[in-house]
Amino acid sequence: MSKADLVILDCWVSPFCMRVKIALNEKGLQYEARPEDLFGGKSELLLNSNPIYKKVPVFLHDGKPLCESTVIVNYIDETWSSPPLLPPCSYGRAQAHFWADYIDKKLFDACGNIWRSKGEVPVEAKTEFISILKQLEGALGDKDYFNGATFGFVDIIAIALTSWFFAVEKIGGFTVADECPKFSSWMKRCLKRESVAKVIPDPEKVYEFVLMFRKMLGID
Amino acid sequence: MERGVVLLDFWPSMFGMRTRIALAEKEIKYEYREEDLRNKSDLLLQMNPVHKKIPVLIHNGKPVCESLNQVQYIDEVWNDRAPLLPANTYKRANARFWADFVDKKIYDLGSKIWRTKGEEQEAAKKEFIDCLKLLEGELGDNHYFGGKDFGYVDVALVPFYCWFYAYEQCGNFSIEAECPKLIAWAKRCMQKESVAKSLADQEKIYEFVLHLKKVFGIE
Repeated sequence: MSKADLVILDCWVSPFCMRVKIALNEKGLQYEARPEDLFGGKSELLLNSNPIYKKVPVFLHDGKPLCESTVIVNYIDETWSSPPLLPPCSYGRAQAHFWADYIDKKLFDACGNIWRSKGEVPVEAKTEFISILKQLEGALGDKDYFNGATFGFVDIIAIALTSWFFAVEKIGGFTVADECPKFSSWMKRCLKRESVAKVIPDPEKVYEFVLMFRKMLGID
Repeated sequence: MERGVVLLDFWPSMFGMRTRIALAEKEIKYEYREEDLRNKSDLLLQMNPVHKKIPVLIHNGKPVCESLNQVQYIDEVWNDRAPLLPANTYKRANARFWADFVDKKIYDLGSKIWRTKGEEQEAAKKEFIDCLKLLEGELGDNHYFGGKDFGYVDVALVPFYCWFYAYEQCGNFSIEAECPKLIAWAKRCMQKESVAKSLADQEKIYEFVLHLKKVFGIE
C-alpha cells in the first residue's frame, strides 16, 4: 500500500487526529498527514469530505472519506486486523466501546471546563476532572492497559486526550500524578510506545497553543 | 428465555426502544423490566454504576450499557439472523457515523423544542429540521438507511418518530411539511412488527411530555 492511499487531514494539536495516527502506527501503516489550517482557512478537500461537521480528522482510504475519530479507529482496526485493537469477544468489545464513549462524553468537556476558565478555575471543574480519571482508574484495575495485557482501542482513545493534560494541570494548579497516580503510571506506560511517542506533541508546545487559543477566545 | 436476557428500561425512552427493536429483529425472548426513574432499582444501580441510566441490557448476568453499544452487541452475538450492521467495513463505518450524528443532535434539539419557548425554541426547531434534512440526504432514494434492508441507522433514528408529535405540538410546526421523505421512511419502518411493537404511542408520549413540563414548571 502506498502512502498516498492513506491520508489524514490533520492538525498537530488535535487529540482526535492523534487517535487516528496512533492507530495507523500500531498497524504499521504508512500514511500522509496533511496539515489543515483550522484558523486561516480549511481546504476544499476538508470541506467536501466532511460537509456535516467541517472538522479534522478526516481519514481518506483510496479517496473515500471517513469522519469522527472513534469511527475511524474502529474502521482501521476492522480493515487491517493485525495487531487487533479490540478484544476478541463480543462482551469485551462492548466494554471497550462503553469506555470509549465515556471518555468522549466526559473527559474532553472536563478538560475544557478547566482550560477555558476565566480567572480562578472553579473547584467543581477540578473535582469533576479528577473524579472522571478515578472512574477510569477503576476501569483499568490492575491491568497494564485498558485493553488488558496489550495496548488497544480504549488506550488509544484516552491517551490522545492526555496530550492536553499538562496545559490543564498548569491552568488548574494541580497534577494528575498527585491526584491519580495509577492513571499517571498508565500514561507513562503508553507514552513509551513508539506509535504513541511519535504522535503526542511536546506538552510545552500544547500549553503554548492553549494559551494562544485562550487569548483568541478572549479568555486572557 | 434466550439464555438470560433482561432489559432494564423506561417505556418512553427512545434509547430503550432501540434495544427493544434490535431484540425483536433478532426474535430474542427477554424479560422487560420497567424502571421508576425517581426510585431506581438496586439492580440498575449495580449494573450501571457509572451512568445510573436506562436502558441496561443484561446478558447472562453481565451488563451492557449505552443503547447503540447494546444494538451492536446484539448484532454481533446473534449474528445468524437479521443483520443490522453492513458486512462491508466502509459501509459499517458510515452507518456508525450517522448513528453517532443522531446521538449528537436529535435528542438535545428535540428536548429544547419542548422545554423552551420564544427565540431559543425557534432556533432549536430550525436546527432540528436542518439535521432531519441532512438525514434525508443520507437516506436518498433508499427504502431504509440500511439500503434495501432495515439496519443500524434505522434502529438508531426511528424511536424518535414517536416523539415527533409531542415536538410538533409544543413547537407548533409540522415535521412532515418540512421533511416528507423522512416521515415516509418512518411510516415504512412502522410497518415492521419489530418497530411497531417497540415504539410507544405518540399520544401517550405527548401526555408524558405535558406531565414533565408541569413537573419542571415549564409553561
